[in-house]
Amino acid sequence: MHRGFASLLLSLSLLVLAACGGRAPKTSGAEPGARLLTEPQYRSIIADVFGLQITIGGTFDPLVRTNGLLTVGASLARVTPAGFEQFDRMARSIAAQVTDPAHRDYLIGCAPQDVARPDDRCAEQFLGRVGRFLFRRPLEREELATRVAEARRAAVELGGFYDGLAASLGGMLVSPSFLFVIDVVEPDPDARGSMRLDAYSKASRLSFFLWGTAPDEELLRAAAQGELHDRRGLERQAERLLAAPRMEAGLRAFFDDMMAFEDIARIEKDSIIYPAFSAAVASDAREQTLRTIMRVVLEENGDYRDIFTTRKTYVSGALGRIYHVPVDRPDGGWTPYEFPEHDPRAGIVTHVSFTALHSHAGRSSPTLRGRALRELLLCQKVPDPPGNVDFSKFNDPHSPARTARERLSVHALQPACAGCHKITDPVGLGMEHIDGAGQLRTAESGVAIDARGSLDGIEFADVGGIGPAMHDNPAAPACLVDRMYAYATARPTQRNERKYVKYLEREFARDDYRVPALLHKIAISDALYAVRPPVEPSPAFARNTP
Amino acid sequence: MTFLIPKAVSRRSVLRGAIGGTTVGVALPFLDAFLNDNGTALAATGAPLPLRFGTWYWGLGHTPGHAITPKTRTSAGIDFLEECKALKPHEQYLNYFGGFNMPLDGRSNYTHFSGWVASRTGSAPSSNSEIPAPTLDLLVADQIAKNTRFQTLDVTAAGIARENYSARSTNSRAAAEASPEKLYQRIFGFEFADPNKADFKPDTRMVVRKSVLSGIGEERRTLFRKLGSSDRARLDEYFTSIRQLENQLDVQLQKPAPNQACAIPVSPRRDGPEQNMPQGLEVDTVIANHRMMAQMVAMAVACNQTKVFNVVFSDNFSHMRRPGQTYTHHLLTHEETQDKELGYQPVAFWFNCRTMEGLATFIDAFKNIREGSGTLLDNMLVFAATETNYARVHSLDGVPVFTIGRAGGRIKTGLHVVGNGDPITRVGLTAMQVMGVPIDSWGTQSLRTSKTITEILA
Repeated sequence: MHRGFASLLLSLSLLVLAACGGRAPKTSGAEPGARLLTEPQYRSIIADVFGLQITIGGTFDPLVRTNGLLTVGASLARVTPAGFEQFDRMARSIAAQVTDPAHRDYLIGCAPQDVARPDDRCAEQFLGRVGRFLFRRPLEREELATRVAEARRAAVELGGFYDGLAASLGGMLVSPSFLFVIDVVEPDPDARGSMRLDAYSKASRLSFFLWGTAPDEELLRAAAQGELHDRRGLERQAERLLAAPRMEAGLRAFFDDMMAFEDIARIEKDSIIYPAFSAAVASDAREQTLRTIMRVVLEENGDYRDIFTTRKTYVSGALGRIYHVPVDRPDGGWTPYEFPEHDPRAGIVTHVSFTALHSHAGRSSPTLRGRALRELLLCQKVPDPPGNVDFSKFNDPHSPARTARERLSVHALQPACAGCHKITDPVGLGMEHIDGAGQLRTAESGVAIDARGSLDGIEFADVGGIGPAMHDNPAAPACLVDRMYAYATARPTQRNERKYVKYLEREFARDDYRVPALLHKIAISDALYAVRPPVEPSPAFARNTP
Repeated sequence: MTFLIPKAVSRRSVLRGAIGGTTVGVALPFLDAFLNDNGTALAATGAPLPLRFGTWYWGLGHTPGHAITPKTRTSAGIDFLEECKALKPHEQYLNYFGGFNMPLDGRSNYTHFSGWVASRTGSAPSSNSEIPAPTLDLLVADQIAKNTRFQTLDVTAAGIARENYSARSTNSRAAAEASPEKLYQRIFGFEFADPNKADFKPDTRMVVRKSVLSGIGEERRTLFRKLGSSDRARLDEYFTSIRQLENQLDVQLQKPAPNQACAIPVSPRRDGPEQNMPQGLEVDTVIANHRMMAQMVAMAVACNQTKVFNVVFSDNFSHMRRPGQTYTHHLLTHEETQDKELGYQPVAFWFNCRTMEGLATFIDAFKNIREGSGTLLDNMLVFAATETNYARVHSLDGVPVFTIGRAGGRIKTGLHVVGNGDPITRVGLTAMQVMGVPIDSWGTQSLRTSKTITEILA
């Protein structure tokens, strides 16, 4: 069991005893929806069902970050022809691997009597078992019969059982029942005239929230037996998921989305200006920050706000070259590291994953950093730049700016710019002792850097002051709650849920900002599963539906 | 590395392939022998050669006063200045549109975003992510590309897959292919049917795939009963995408017409440890990747794999950079000091020149492929545009647009068309009408227009 799970279980027990924080406001949720799987969810499911050895190629259509999360954007995403072509390509590749000689014996679980001929018994056994995980519910009898018939027809056409099975499996992997997480509703026997999510939809919501993947065998069993409609049953499953090692991957997926790390893979730095930066640095930077967050919020079950101040982190060989920290790990592994007291770096905002991601290829950017900090970590909207700026003011040939502060000081002269830049720049300028690749520095263009900064009234002398300013900023934990709830429901937060989110914020503070407590509270809440009846289609739409 | 050296295609072997006999249908070929005397139409039916449509995108506009000499009235002849001199040899295939504006009706100018959205959708966005209507390439594709292998081919040399300036709506935007190797595999990989190969046998696997996809289509009705109205619309688009793939398979199950213009290019894959082509935004990498991609797209068009494509040279915030320099192309346009003698920002100008050279390379890729009595350019129209006139101030007035190609003789070329402040949507409307889209007006609010640019119509 993960080192932190013992304390997590203890805290959950205490939570139950101390569950007296006032009644949660009622919500009515949203219409049942269909959410496209995100790329991380897709990858997790394939790895969980078939194993990590199955490779996934292909490109996913881009999602629009909504409510600060790609996961929420997936609830609005559509599938383009090119996007579907990619899904189809991935599906065929996965199906071919699963049924190839290297994998079939242990993945399929049965063998045909004759590999050159169809075998309905084995096909039904495999497709029924796999389909239950992929569709997050058992296949209906007729549905399974159709899939088996497909496998039979294809086996005849293609001359082999495994080719037929691959064709049918490929079809399942592009089916809407796999690609979309679909809310299925049923009349709520406890509230006349109301609807509720069916047990399997509840299981999916819980599993994607806590584990970032489809329900496992035990959760599907609990759904089948109606346990998820019972409060104690739901609590048992939520606590099981929270205590399982798989929980860490789920929580990582949330923070990966919240921190906008999908862009980190394509960070590009100029190799002449930043020779120490490499693709390995970018990849490890993401891992460093996720490890640091997991240690604080999960292993130690600590105060969420400490992620902004902790000096404890992990470094790899590649990161050691950026942080100027010797890492004696020839195997490329990770080493715990603590920034010394005299080092201004502490907390995730000073990590390479933040400072390099929100910089240009050849230099830092106080504006990009300030914007990212406010939008990603404080949930504040920074207005877009105006379209009518007179940039000639920035190009005074007699006074070429040498530092970022000098360059950005011109914004103060432009009323159209000053409004937004005073939101982003004071905090971003406070990070100028870290260059565009995440390395410490004291000068730019030969000029000593003035790295004073401020955040919402808290002033600091250099980057060392940002962590405490973030730690004590009430918007930081409120933002975490806002994002966490949107991530859990995987759709835009509704107007009827605003009071509930405020309630969660208060509860988070009461729980000393412990993330597992927040996860638990959401996981067993009525709000997470609340659903409104779907609006019936217009008669015209119904007529046009074949 | 050699790239895109066409394999020699023997005319005899091509004809043998056509005559050799097969049980599957043979589409009409474009060999000279099957064309009319002028090489402009198919002799058997008199039908014109197929029209194709594309877009070419570049970020950050032009350097005013140093790209194209403005005119006061529409006339023949385009005066290419230093920044655009690479286009001069292609004047016979180009039209230039200057002096067209993008009125936003009080909406914000979302920098480097409003411009491309307005010119390609006919509507100004209300946020920095909204795409309020389908882009014109998709409207054309709906008209002409239903029965091609790829409804559209979207590629970018700028390395950022999501920066594809083709979308049906905000949440329906395909990723562009950013890797030359993957693009090659997608077009010319094992699923490509060589039209000039003597033997053709429909791939049974495709028959099976089509059957499986048909089965999925039948889930639609059951699914729709479970969903709210907005999700039904979203799922409807998913099922439309399935039908598109079914169409694609239908095409691939037919024997392709022998096609002299089609010559399978050599894979860009390198041997040895460094198998992947360099990726990134250093300007030389962008230029090299763009050249390869343009050639592949041109050959995909010649080989009838697609009738509509979108090529991105640089993204709307052009992140191109030179090695060892702290400024990207975009940063330069805002922060580089203007040279008093030259009257422009010299390094930003340098990037703009490389960009227009890129456009010339793109034109060459199509011009070098013969079709009938002319080249591919005779039977296509490309809408080449950017998002601003002058990036330094994000100007939306006079945003430059080129059209490339003669659209099967439907338009005149070599013209400099003066907009006199008319909405830029006139160019898109005219392009779509030329391509056969049945519309008489396009756009919303002040961008709405019903005025075709008749001066370019042949």
